[in-house]
Amino acid sequence: MKDPMEGGWSRGETFAEFLTRRGVSRREFLTFCGRMAACFAAAAALPGGAPALAEEMAQKLSGARRPGVIYLQLQECTGCLESLLRSGSSPIDRLILEQVSLDYNELLMAPSGDAAEEVLREAAARPHLLLVNGSVPLGAGGAYCTIGGDSAENLLRRAARKADAIMAVGACAEYGCVQAASPNLTGAVGVADIITDRPVINISGCPPIAETITATLTYYLAYGHPPPLDGQGRPLFAYGQRIHDKCPRRASFDAGQFAERFDDENARRGYCLYRLGCKGPATFAPCATVEWNLGQSFPIKAGHPCLGCTERHFYDRMTPFYRRLPGFVVPGLGVEATANTIGVAAVAASVGGVAVHSAATVIARKRTKKAKPETLPLAVLGDAEPPSRDENQKT
Amino acid sequence: MAGERIVIDPITRIEGHLRIELETDGGRIGNAWACATQFRGIERVLQGRDPRDAWAFAQRICGVCTGVHAIASIRAVEDAIKCKIPPCAELIRSLVSGMATLQDHVMHFYHLHALDWVDVMSALKADPAATSRLAASLSPWPNNSATWYREVQKRVADSAGGGLGIFAGGYWGHPAYRLPPEANLMALAHYLEALSWQREIIRLHTILAGKNPHPNYLVGGMACSINLDNQIAINRVRLDEMAGMIDQARRFVQEVYYPDVLAIASFYPEYAAIGASSTTLLATGESAYSCPGAPAGGAVPAGLIMDGDYRTAHPFDARKVAEFISSAWYSQPEGDRQGLHPWQGRTEPNYTGPKPPFKELSDQPKYTWCKAPRYEGRAVQVGPNARILLALAQGHAETAQLAREGLAKLNAGVEAMNSTLGRTYCRALESVLLARRMDQWFAQLNERIRSGDIATFNPELWEPSSWPRQAQGVGFMEAARGTLSHWVEIENGRVSRYQAVVPSTWNSSGRDPGGQMGPFEQALAGGGTHPLSDPKRPIEVLRTIHSFDPCESCAVHLLVPGGGGVEVKVQ
Repeated sequence: MKDPMEGGWSRGETFAEFLTRRGVSRREFLTFCGRMAACFAAAAALPGGAPALAEEMAQKLSGARRPGVIYLQLQECTGCLESLLRSGSSPIDRLILEQVSLDYNELLMAPSGDAAEEVLREAAARPHLLLVNGSVPLGAGGAYCTIGGDSAENLLRRAARKADAIMAVGACAEYGCVQAASPNLTGAVGVADIITDRPVINISGCPPIAETITATLTYYLAYGHPPPLDGQGRPLFAYGQRIHDKCPRRASFDAGQFAERFDDENARRGYCLYRLGCKGPATFAPCATVEWNLGQSFPIKAGHPCLGCTERHFYDRMTPFYRRLPGFVVPGLGVEATANTIGVAAVAASVGGVAVHSAATVIARKRTKKAKPETLPLAVLGDAEPPSRDENQKT
Repeated sequence: MAGERIVIDPITRIEGHLRIELETDGGRIGNAWACATQFRGIERVLQGRDPRDAWAFAQRICGVCTGVHAIASIRAVEDAIKCKIPPCAELIRSLVSGMATLQDHVMHFYHLHALDWVDVMSALKADPAATSRLAASLSPWPNNSATWYREVQKRVADSAGGGLGIFAGGYWGHPAYRLPPEANLMALAHYLEALSWQREIIRLHTILAGKNPHPNYLVGGMACSINLDNQIAINRVRLDEMAGMIDQARRFVQEVYYPDVLAIASFYPEYAAIGASSTTLLATGESAYSCPGAPAGGAVPAGLIMDGDYRTAHPFDARKVAEFISSAWYSQPEGDRQGLHPWQGRTEPNYTGPKPPFKELSDQPKYTWCKAPRYEGRAVQVGPNARILLALAQGHAETAQLAREGLAKLNAGVEAMNSTLGRTYCRALESVLLARRMDQWFAQLNERIRSGDIATFNPELWEPSSWPRQAQGVGFMEAARGTLSHWVEIENGRVSRYQAVVPSTWNSSGRDPGGQMGPFEQALAGGGTHPLSDPKRPIEVLRTIHSFDPCESCAVHLLVPGGGGVEVKVQ
């Protein structure tokens, strides 16, 4: 059968109408849902398993309409959108021509100025999905980032009003990232600090892997609800495991085989980069499984330690980048034992509040509200209290 | 005549946030202001950090010029601590930067610029068979059957439904669109093909530097090890994959991008005389591939074209650079009129504009976050046309031959390279040259590997304890968009000051204390002849602004106070 997601799904048309127009039968459609459900159920170990999911999917999908998407770029570098342009599993051309109607995005849209603003007004007045790159600078009355003469904060609030779902794409939208690193001159904060009455899905990373962005979107399109999230609001299908858990250099870590410096004999043998400062043991991300740029490779595979960019406040908390993680000091079997202990603690800290769907998001929101993000200790780094800037800088 | 005030904000299809304010008189632009409306403050974040980490912060200045900020930063640190890197590492950096530039130029043309010249609605009415014949007459590119063009039409038309997505609200049907439907369809098809192409070729970054955007770099070399007999290192499989990507990159540039630019340009010849800007142009190297230190580089040394004399290349003296804040929201104790060299510059954000939401910025002396760099007091254009003009002035034969052929097809002289069309053409021309250079570097890398020279990292100066207590360094780089420099001062193993002077500050700067406009402003307002037929649909302005390939997130500046005069040499 044809992949039902292939070919033009017009805005306003329900998915069932679209399939009929494409000549896809009801039976074929149900087969497709079953197949997709089996995939997702296996990945997320959902209650009820694949059959329940398949039914839910079929029901939701039939009535779904090709959704309008507003994709804002606030205070940022455009790296996240550049990443999205490299997506292979749901290539950008298919995404914007067939899966969603990308109504507003400054990098790609044809009109500028008044015409662009008009498009935004129209799109924001209808139900839509809201994706956000970039942080919201609260300093100088919002003047550190303005678009159309208005502040990022006002723009975000307006675009969020009628949004069915809000996705903070990338570390800037999640918590401010590089411009929020000390001393955060512009008062940059993340989307969830502004939009506090609804769940925000955090697609983490500086930038995130393209496929995690598109999959979060297609997950929502397929099921009509966001994916299960971890304690930081990140989709479990991408951030449920540490890079360390799936790293191709893991066997040498377990065996106590380490590169001692860059490009030494051990590095050339593909040994573990932990002693060069790799943050893989503390980083929840799909780099080692999905890999970057059509599954080609990822930093550790290409010889560079993981920087830990999917973890909150990674610039301040993961630097100096070439300093070893604490607690991983004994080579050989001792390291494995330590790694596993810390790994368990990390999972507990990160995934603690996981439930399915919106419940998880609500929990995530509550957790975020309780403590200011910058004061959240990273248990995996052995933090009882957040280190001061100077301590953090010690080599 | 009293002019009509016009605001265009946002300027879309660029990186970052840019606002243009204009005054027009009956279809001509009389005055212009370029307003960068974002500030991030990354230089200040860098203070106190480990200089070996600086590249990762500095790289986030821009996710489009991904990697060039990292290299400029790494070079600055390596310059400060006097660290030499192995030849293989230099070749790998060149391959990574070269591929980034190729990808960037192609994406700029198709995805950020082409819709200024290509009418998507008209493309939907084209005859696919005639389009196929047109394409075949221009290039041997195999993907040009009538069936293929029909499929593209159907895909875009089907997607329309209740709206057009990214194509909605475009200025379709504007009389300034001049291409026949078949040429529009050909370009639209290549818009989609280029999306697939860029995602394939950029995997070279992933092999050598871990990912894209924001690949990994390393002070002292590159982190990827070469070992033909290891599964995970750069081995024969990886080299074969890279060979395929380089081949794919070159074919698309030669058979699609370059012919398309020439074909489309031939319908808009008047733009060879529209959008001229500052006649002083600066490049610190021919392209990403000839920066100081690159083994294959150096064919075109750093230099300037001064005051419209396109035949003479002047040596570049970095001491003559000064940045002004007279039109930008910063303050300094020296006052607003004093220009400061990057070693002495300081930047404290000091917003004095209206509280958002606002209607106008240009009614005040300060109207942008972008400082105004000047060279010996001149506003300076940087970018592909600066590099090509400099190569021509220095007698670079390969550049001259290609440029002669191209200019003949466009029926234009060398001065046309300083125009809206010229900047767009130079970008394509440079891509052809760069694609050839990629082959050469790759061959050199293979030759080194064959001879057993596989070192990619110099460990001698890795530990900060081996560094001088105080050091200063500068790293130059030609980003796709123009000359980029990072300036670092190191004290006790930490960054004590950091400054980046970037293509966007050169090109999109506002007025200096003498009232001299920046290059964007000059291109629109200089001479008062730039067309703007319908202020509600400012397509002519977009053409000229996009021809610079603006990258406005770069327009961030912050520096610590202090520092005396320092002699700077650029080879």
